[in-house]
Amino acid sequence: MTGKTKKWLGITGVLGVISSQFLITPTLLATEADIIKEGEAIAFDRTKGNCLACHYIDQAPSPGNIAPALTAMKSRFSSKEALYQQVWDATVKNPESAMPPFGKHGILSKSDLQKVIDYVWTL
Amino acid sequence: MKYLLHKMAFLVFTCSLAVSAQATTPEEDLAAFQNFFKHRFPNVETSDFSNGAYAIDPIGRENWEAIEEFPPYEPFIDEGQSMWETPFANGKTYKECFPEGPAIAGKYPHWSKQKGMVITLPLALNNCREANGEKPLKYKKGPINNILSYIAYESRGQITNVEIPSDDPAALQAYEDGKKFYYTRRGQLNFSCANCHLQNAGMILRTEVLSPALGHTTHFPVYRSKWGTVGTLHRRFTGCNKQVRAKPFKAQGEEYRNLEYFLTYMSNGLPLNGPGARK
Repeated sequence: MTGKTKKWLGITGVLGVISSQFLITPTLLATEADIIKEGEAIAFDRTKGNCLACHYIDQAPSPGNIAPALTAMKSRFSSKEALYQQVWDATVKNPESAMPPFGKHGILSKSDLQKVIDYVWTL
Repeated sequence: MKYLLHKMAFLVFTCSLAVSAQATTPEEDLAAFQNFFKHRFPNVETSDFSNGAYAIDPIGRENWEAIEEFPPYEPFIDEGQSMWETPFANGKTYKECFPEGPAIAGKYPHWSKQKGMVITLPLALNNCREANGEKPLKYKKGPINNILSYIAYESRGQITNVEIPSDDPAALQAYEDGKKFYYTRRGQLNFSCANCHLQNAGMILRTEVLSPALGHTTHFPVYRSKWGTVGTLHRRFTGCNKQVRAKPFKAQGEEYRNLEYFLTYMSNGLPLNGPGARK
């Protein structure tokens, strides 16, 4: 590693530390993690998402086996938006799907639904 | 309110499985319905479908058999027997209305051409009471379950044999209405009866095995641990509708009577084994 590179790394590092303490980055990072955590709580809540009634989620307690496991989501959906649409109303793609239309029927609010999607997208 | 049946009734009736998509007559529906379950659960004896989820869930069955050693519905049978034997204020008894009683559960539900409606056993019992100057009993909870328990117990072993008389189109219509109810999605959660108990019968919902629709009517009234008492079939329908966040219909109203007519017909050939015990 050249001296120049080290110098730049050092400067970047210092800037990074400063920004992580005083600037926007930490807030953004924390918020995203919080949203995912919140989304998980909504997903697990029996009166809200209740995803586990039918879907397996790794490490989650007592999942049902009616619907596909929630895993490798990024390889199964082209985008977060596509996943959102699926949970909004699964009968669009498959009229025989038994999955409740979480968005269309207002089972979850749009903001709760978005949080659930943010969480499920990480699976 | 916007998810009520009324709004959905006009929707094209789409059955997710071949059962009603191809079948046209009740006889064809019946064969398709029962074959569906026989194919899905090839190791279950047909008569064992009367035992609900316990026909397909060996662990649940062990617990249930233990419960059946001291049946929780027994006191209700005894109470019901005394109701059956105790004369009304006019000195008559239920026997007056039901000369072949008390083992009469196998005769219900049936189509009454004269009244133009499906007559269920609870309805017939209340008709008898009112004809004898007694107040009718409530249809979901309370003493009606005692007399129903007694009659069900005395009727054990009778074979479900609902008839859809061909000489009255209104009977066929009642059957078709019940069938439509069964396959129509309703409630905020958008489930039909068939979504869970036909399409996904035997699958696991959280920790519960979804019971097959075949045999659903044989064991009523039922002692449910969740209720801590015995309840009627229409109480159970009410609970199902609430669970999918739909507005329940009136117990013994036309919707549930027709649903009972269809659903019981689908179990034709199965032995009656009420009162039952369930979680």
